Amino acid sequence: MVFALVGNQNCGKTTLFNQLTGSNQHVGNFPGVTVESKVGVIRSRKADTVVDLPGIYSLRAYTNEETVTRDFILKNKPDGIINIVDATNIERNLYLSLQLLTMGVPTVIALNMMDEVRGNGGMINIKKLSEALGVCVVPISAAKNEGIDELIERAAEAASKKIMPKVKDFCTVGPVHRCIHSVSHLVEDHAEMMHMAPRFAATKLIEGDEELAEKLGLNANERETIEHAVLEMETEGGLDRMAAIANMRYDFIENACSRTVIHSAETKEHKRSAAIDRVLTGKYTALPVFFGVMLLVFWLTFGLIGQPISDLLASGIDALIAATDSALTDFGLNPVAKSLVVDGVLSGVGSVLSFLPLIVVLFFFLSVLEDTGYMARVAFVTDRMLRKIGLSGRSVVPMLIGFGCSVPAIMATRTLTSERDRKLSAMLVPFMSCSAKLPIYAVFTAAFFPNHGALVMMALYLLGIIIGVLVARFSGAFVFRGTAMPFVMELPNYRFPSAKSVLLLMKDKAWDFIRKAFTVILVASVAIWFLQTFDVRLNVVSHGEGSMLAAIGRFLAPLFIPLGFADWRISTALITGLTAKEAVVSTLAVLMGTTVSELPLVLMNSADVFTTASACAFLVFTLLYTPCVAAIATLRREFSSRLGALGVVIFQCSVAWICAFIVYRIALLF
Amino acid sequence: MTLDKLEIGKSAVITKVGGEGALRARLLDMGLIPRTVITAVRRAPMGDPIELRVRGYELTIRLEDAAKIDVEPAEIPKVFSAGCASCGDCCHNKDCKGGK
Repeated sequence: MVFALVGNQNCGKTTLFNQLTGSNQHVGNFPGVTVESKVGVIRSRKADTVVDLPGIYSLRAYTNEETVTRDFILKNKPDGIINIVDATNIERNLYLSLQLLTMGVPTVIALNMMDEVRGNGGMINIKKLSEALGVCVVPISAAKNEGIDELIERAAEAASKKIMPKVKDFCTVGPVHRCIHSVSHLVEDHAEMMHMAPRFAATKLIEGDEELAEKLGLNANERETIEHAVLEMETEGGLDRMAAIANMRYDFIENACSRTVIHSAETKEHKRSAAIDRVLTGKYTALPVFFGVMLLVFWLTFGLIGQPISDLLASGIDALIAATDSALTDFGLNPVAKSLVVDGVLSGVGSVLSFLPLIVVLFFFLSVLEDTGYMARVAFVTDRMLRKIGLSGRSVVPMLIGFGCSVPAIMATRTLTSERDRKLSAMLVPFMSCSAKLPIYAVFTAAFFPNHGALVMMALYLLGIIIGVLVARFSGAFVFRGTAMPFVMELPNYRFPSAKSVLLLMKDKAWDFIRKAFTVILVASVAIWFLQTFDVRLNVVSHGEGSMLAAIGRFLAPLFIPLGFADWRISTALITGLTAKEAVVSTLAVLMGTTVSELPLVLMNSADVFTTASACAFLVFTLLYTPCVAAIATLRREFSSRLGALGVVIFQCSVAWICAFIVYRIALLF
Repeated sequence: MTLDKLEIGKSAVITKVGGEGALRARLLDMGLIPRTVITAVRRAPMGDPIELRVRGYELTIRLEDAAKIDVEPAEIPKVFSAGCASCGDCCHNKDCKGGK
């Protein structure tokens, strides 16, 4: 049997899913779905699976998440629905339940956080609530793993015996009631042909769901009758169609709750939250705290914790490479084949692994921030700044992480609630100068701006941000038109994050990256090796000069004449930057016949290669041009299209060229 | 009066929810419907958006969107506005023995 797990955001849905399935879960692949849903085997019933659908507040088809959930229930026809409801916030949570209950699928309500309600002196009469809603209600505590077994039992019972929700009417006698009944009568045949519950169809039609009217194949006559019924309801009841239905649901909920729920006084969880909020969202403290938290996360991820692990891995890889190298030499393997293994394959594996510690550590912090509820506050605090560029406060965190590494930053856009924001943010992330570009800046500032190094670097970071903002405004208006998601967001109580959820997320992200990026990075690394090792006649080259890569570099070099750096060695170095940005300086050093540490000196003394003006242009170009393959692979994953990722690459290279050109021309004036 | 004008710490009753499309749907879904009591909790450090308390939870919306909601000031004491433990209503009477 297949169960759908449906509920609001912040109601403990993921925690419950993890309790139900343990670690036996994977990302589900549903056709045409861009929002990912996880599927897991229920621990105590190996034959049954549960699908974790996105957290939503309603079943209108306004957001992608709502559409996904709705279509999953309508098309995939799960055997049962497990609707998780936050007992501490029962009214708003039941609003979604009332919509689910009309869908004609066996449903069980899991009343989560009952321990919190009881702990604060509140009470919910489960039996009466079950009667009022017409379905089985099971009190649980997902965090404490209480009531889960009973929940599964009840859900399985409802699904196997096809126990449908008993209450179908959520309206009291009146205009809304009359309208729903006449419309559901009218569309009954259409709905049943589509295997859809007539009451569900009717309510959605009254709410004005055009898509559904289309799907049901209503003719002009029927549509007119519906419109007429709606008009009658609106004039009689005094509320328009949208408000009337929402009002009906909340009326029913208020009524049911007044008979079954005894609210506690202010809960201690809420008191605690309010106290924390006075600091974390306070007028003078909010922004300093936010930047402090981000700096701390940065420092821990890219410095204190991430760096040593990265270094350890790197030295491990180096040791492995050295060992393989000497073993293969002893074996007497053909030097070219040996070079393929050592310089192509192993270095590719090494570069994949070098990203892993960053991803794991960063997502540890991000999931803690998300699960505690702080991320919602970040959106609240920073929304004003990001609104100007057509995004909401939720995008600020991925952007900031972009300064460390684009790969986890692009992965972090997944938490954004609208597809438009996700894509726009993912596209902007590469404009935030990542830490791998620092070695390039360091070499060039040392060579050309020895006294103003810090200033030049700051200017570069700032330029990246400015270009990002401009691109956002431009593409927000032309490319990602779609309506921006309304910024109406819940600020949940602060909670202690669950270790299990955090760990599972870290594991997920690491696997996700390895699965999606491994092949791409490996192929790119082997391809670059191939181009570097052979000339066009497939002879092994002794110096870099004759290689195919150099030939490509020579071919591309004229493109950079307007930017002031037309030397083939530079364009070749830029190409190797595709595998990793650090490679730009190391390749340039090799091609200039020197070492990285001597490179600034060599550059300073080769005026035919770089002038100060063209060095400026070069810095701007490296700041803005294509992200590395790992980032491209991640982008492809988020855009779920090769074309989209390729488009971003071409777009960024064009932007980089134009900006570098402008900078070069301005620099020439001085 | 519109909701964006509601003073911080004050409560009001929603009389009409404007806006359109996805925004309006979202507002209604989140429980902002006529007759609902709503309290302004705080402003974001940059003055916008605002935090509201409604139906026992906190919600944030932008001022421009709040301007689309009409409210009527309501005299509700500054106590926590969940239901009364005795009568289950928002009577805010500490000595309530049930009833109103």
